[in-house]
Amino acid sequence: MNQASFGVSVSLFASIDWHGFFFVLFAAIACVAALMVVLSDNVVRMALHLVLSLGATAGLFFLAGAEFVGAMQLMIYVGGTLVLLVFGVMLTAQTQLVSLRTPAGDRVIASILAAALFAVLVQAAFSIDSWQKPGQGMVSAPTATPLGMALVGVRVDQHAEEGLLEPKGGYLLPFEIVSVHLLVVLIGAAYLARAKRRRVPRPVDLVASVDSVEPTSSGDSPATILSGGSK
Amino acid sequence: MIFALLGVVSVSHYLVVGAILFSCGVVCMAVKRNALGVLMGIELVLNGANLNFVAFGSNYLAADGKSPLGLDGEVMALFVILLAAAEAAVALAITLNFYNNHATVDVDRADDLHG
Repeated sequence: MNQASFGVSVSLFASIDWHGFFFVLFAAIACVAALMVVLSDNVVRMALHLVLSLGATAGLFFLAGAEFVGAMQLMIYVGGTLVLLVFGVMLTAQTQLVSLRTPAGDRVIASILAAALFAVLVQAAFSIDSWQKPGQGMVSAPTATPLGMALVGVRVDQHAEEGLLEPKGGYLLPFEIVSVHLLVVLIGAAYLARAKRRRVPRPVDLVASVDSVEPTSSGDSPATILSGGSK
Repeated sequence: MIFALLGVVSVSHYLVVGAILFSCGVVCMAVKRNALGVLMGIELVLNGANLNFVAFGSNYLAADGKSPLGLDGEVMALFVILLAAAEAAVALAITLNFYNNHATVDVDRADDLHG
C-alpha cells in the first residue's frame, strides 16, 4: 500500500461517524431480532433472537453513555434472566410444544393494533423539539460511582453541581424494598417450582380405600375429579 | 471527526427503537400460545421502556449537554432490570407448575378457572 492510498484510507476511516455507525448497527440488530421473536413460532429460536435483541440493546446503552446499566443488562438480563428462560424452554420442550402455531386471524388483529400503537409512539417521539436536536456528545464521568451512591441515598452528582449539601432524593428506600422483594420472590419461586413429592399409597391405605370406596366414584381417579373431569 | 455526524443520533431515534421493541413485545404477549413466548414478550416490553429511560437520562444525547432527568433515568433502568429478573423467576415457576399439572405450556389450555 503506497502512501497516498494509505492517507486516503485514514481520512476515510476518520470521516466515518462511528457513533452513528454503531447506533445504526445495534438498533438494526435489536429491531430485527425483536421482529424475529414475534414472527418465529419455534420457542428455541425465539429465545435465541431475544438474546440478540437484548445484547444489542446493551450496546445502545453503552452508546448513550450508560455503561453501568449496559453492563448490568448484559449480566442480569442476558446472563441471568434469559438463562432462566432457556432452562424453562428445555424443561418443557416436548415436540408438540416447541412450536405452537397461532391462528392467522389473531396475528392480523394483533399486527394492526401494534401498528397503531407504533404510529402513536413514533408520533410522540418526534413531537418535542428538544428531543430531535442532536446530542452534543458531552462525555460525562463514569456513572458507576454516582449510581452506587444514589442507591445508598447520597446524590453525589447533584451535590457537585449545586455546591450544597441539601438532601436530594436518593434511592435508599427503593433499594431496600427491591432487595427484600427479590428475596421474597426467590423464596416464592423456589416454593412454586419445587419438585412434587409423588404420593405412592402404601398397601395398607390401598386396602382401606378399596374397602371404603363408594360405587359412584369408582371409575374416576382422584386427579380427574380434582381437575373437573376430562375435557 | 467523531462529532461530525453526531447529528444523526438524537433522543428521538432512541425513542423510535424503543417503540419498535415495545410494539414487538405487545404483539408477542398477545399472540404467542406458548407461556414462555408470552414471558419473552414481557421482556421485550420492559426492554423498550428501559431504552427510553436511558435515552432520556443520557447527557450524551441531550441537546444542551445536560439531561433534565440525569442519573434518575439510569437508576430507574436498573430497578426495571432487577424487577424483570424477579418477575421472570416467578412467572417461570408458575409455568413449570402449570406444566407439571397439565403437561402443556399452552396458555389457551389454562382455563380451569373458566366459569
